Amino acid sequence: MRPKMNILSEELVDQIIAEGFELLMDPGVRVHNEEALRLLADAGARVDMETQIAYIPESIVRQALKTRPSEFYLYNLDGDPVVHYGGDSVQFDPGSAAITILDSETQEQRKPVTEDFVKFVKLVETIPQLDAQSTAMICADVPEEIGDLYRLYLALNYMRKPIITGAFRKDTWWTMKDMLVAMVGSEEALAAKPIAVFDVCPSPPLLWSDLTCQNMIDCARYRIPSELVSMPLAGATAPVTLAGAVVQHTAECLSGVTICQLAQEGAPIVWGGSPAAFDMREGTTPMGAVGTWMIDCAYTQVGKALGMPTHAYLGMSDAKIVDAQCGLESSGGTLMAALAGVNMVSGAGMMDFESCQSYEKLVIDAEIIGMAKRLVAGIERRDDPIALTLMRKLGHRADYLAQPHTLKWFNKELYIPSAVIDRGSMEGWKRKGAKTTWERAQDRVAELLATYEPSPISGELRGELHDIATTAARKFGMDELPPLPQD
Amino acid sequence: MVDKLLTGITTSIVEGEPDKTVDLTRQAIEAKVEPLTIIDEGLVPGMNVVGAKFQSGEYFLPHLIIAASGMQQAMELLEPELKARQEAVERAGTVVIGSVAGDIHEIGKSLVGTMMAANGFQVYDLGVDVATETFVAKVQETNADILGLSALLTTTMTVQREIIEALEEAGIRDQVKVIIGGAPVNQEWANTIGADGYADDAVGAIELAKQLVG
Repeated sequence: MRPKMNILSEELVDQIIAEGFELLMDPGVRVHNEEALRLLADAGARVDMETQIAYIPESIVRQALKTRPSEFYLYNLDGDPVVHYGGDSVQFDPGSAAITILDSETQEQRKPVTEDFVKFVKLVETIPQLDAQSTAMICADVPEEIGDLYRLYLALNYMRKPIITGAFRKDTWWTMKDMLVAMVGSEEALAAKPIAVFDVCPSPPLLWSDLTCQNMIDCARYRIPSELVSMPLAGATAPVTLAGAVVQHTAECLSGVTICQLAQEGAPIVWGGSPAAFDMREGTTPMGAVGTWMIDCAYTQVGKALGMPTHAYLGMSDAKIVDAQCGLESSGGTLMAALAGVNMVSGAGMMDFESCQSYEKLVIDAEIIGMAKRLVAGIERRDDPIALTLMRKLGHRADYLAQPHTLKWFNKELYIPSAVIDRGSMEGWKRKGAKTTWERAQDRVAELLATYEPSPISGELRGELHDIATTAARKFGMDELPPLPQD
Repeated sequence: MVDKLLTGITTSIVEGEPDKTVDLTRQAIEAKVEPLTIIDEGLVPGMNVVGAKFQSGEYFLPHLIIAASGMQQAMELLEPELKARQEAVERAGTVVIGSVAGDIHEIGKSLVGTMMAANGFQVYDLGVDVATETFVAKVQETNADILGLSALLTTTMTVQREIIEALEEAGIRDQVKVIIGGAPVNQEWANTIGADGYADDAVGAIELAKQLVG
């Protein structure tokens, strides 16, 4: 049996969904995108073009919930389905779009540049616990206008795993789409075996901005998966009651699924988010708050009740350095996400709310993820009888370590962490230099990076990616992209 | 044919298949392969690979113990053959090991004993709750180079001191190196009671033993 946590009663789930539908009629959803308003109007929704508010009847939404896929796969560059969006599959990728990197030498935050993100992508490739890449940081050495496509360009040069990404503008989405098409050969191939998901973020409460709405529609038309990132801020931009925040999340996601399916029936779309329980002392958006985790788990349960693939930003910390708070907050969110059965959990490596990425935190989080994956794999009956045969054979001898039975099962039954986690004796720990978690994480980063194997893509394809990205860069005053770091 | 058997023995040790090790060793004996060749070119290279894989983190304790068990079972087959030829395996040394009187903890001591055997020591494992006079008698009987004393409790670690005193009384203290281990034990305690060495894990114990007999 797979351990599974349900945080809401069935009755509460039903009421949250019912109220979500009601919000779509009153007060309706603000949609700052003409194409989406037209799609909604054509489908029979009442649309006020002046206020840009759509009043969406339940019947249209119910229709969208019939045509959206309940599951789909992401593929790696070898064409293998490696990420399953659907059911209770649980997978992990790094937190995305950090604006700073925690410097490995100074332990201070600074703006990341090309070299930092390339190192990060390589590291993610080598971390077995991570299932996907993300466009995890925004490089400060290129114009802001190409920040989104540039990080995808870099990742595509070094990755094999699929990637969670997103666009910051309407026009750059097309450049990003072109690069993805170049990677797999054709638009059809990309639709058949997607290698990327685009995050699309409604603004709380109940608003679809022009940019994010257009990104979602464009993704749908090319059958590229999009991932709804609804972010109610309980007590600030959403009701402070956790159930109330989930109602708002439900309404925003239902409207997103509807617009997506009106643009293209059957386009893959994910029920996701990045909510927070507002901090009433500091006025911040804590990712390490138990209330945040509870909203995430609750909306995941709602999404599953509606048959949707799910996503959440969890497993992050609000700490500014890699310390005890950092570990405890990341553990809590990660374990809760796993137990809730979130299909894609984004957050590894992320700290200082959602602003800073750290290589060291990433490899520590990988151990938390390893433990979380072990947890949800559950306890199975490996033998039948479970223990009688073996225990009778050994009698009262404590000789289990020498049994073939132990050799056969230990690696499946026990999660064995890397040296990031210290389980040696006191003397052993001292002999290895009495290292802190941070220092052991630094060692692990170096060890993993040494095992990175270059991406198999051809020089010709690299050239094509470079041309596409350079053409976009030139529109914003950058004639040549920064050179890729030499190995 | 012979090469294939020897390679098979090595592989069976590395892959943790003691039954196969025993079977192939028997076949090699029947094929008139010299016992020392079986050991030096079949079993030992396998143990070396296992040791290296353990050190690098690829292998874990169960791999180590199972490989050692395969080695030991093969050695039991080979001992009569060696005796018949009046040959002997060159031993790293002779070790007597056990958990001290009043202490019934087995795992740590057995692990060290098994790994010492796998590293070429002749090991006499006396088990748990071993009477002080039994240790002394076995050291005398086997002319042991090393006596390993395990104590997992603060209440039994003092027995380690009593055993060292008993060795002195028997007049054999300077003939044997005493090494101690166990959760409450550390280097400071080793110094206090006049032990010759302390290690905090099995790998450390092997290093220590090799140093002391080297």
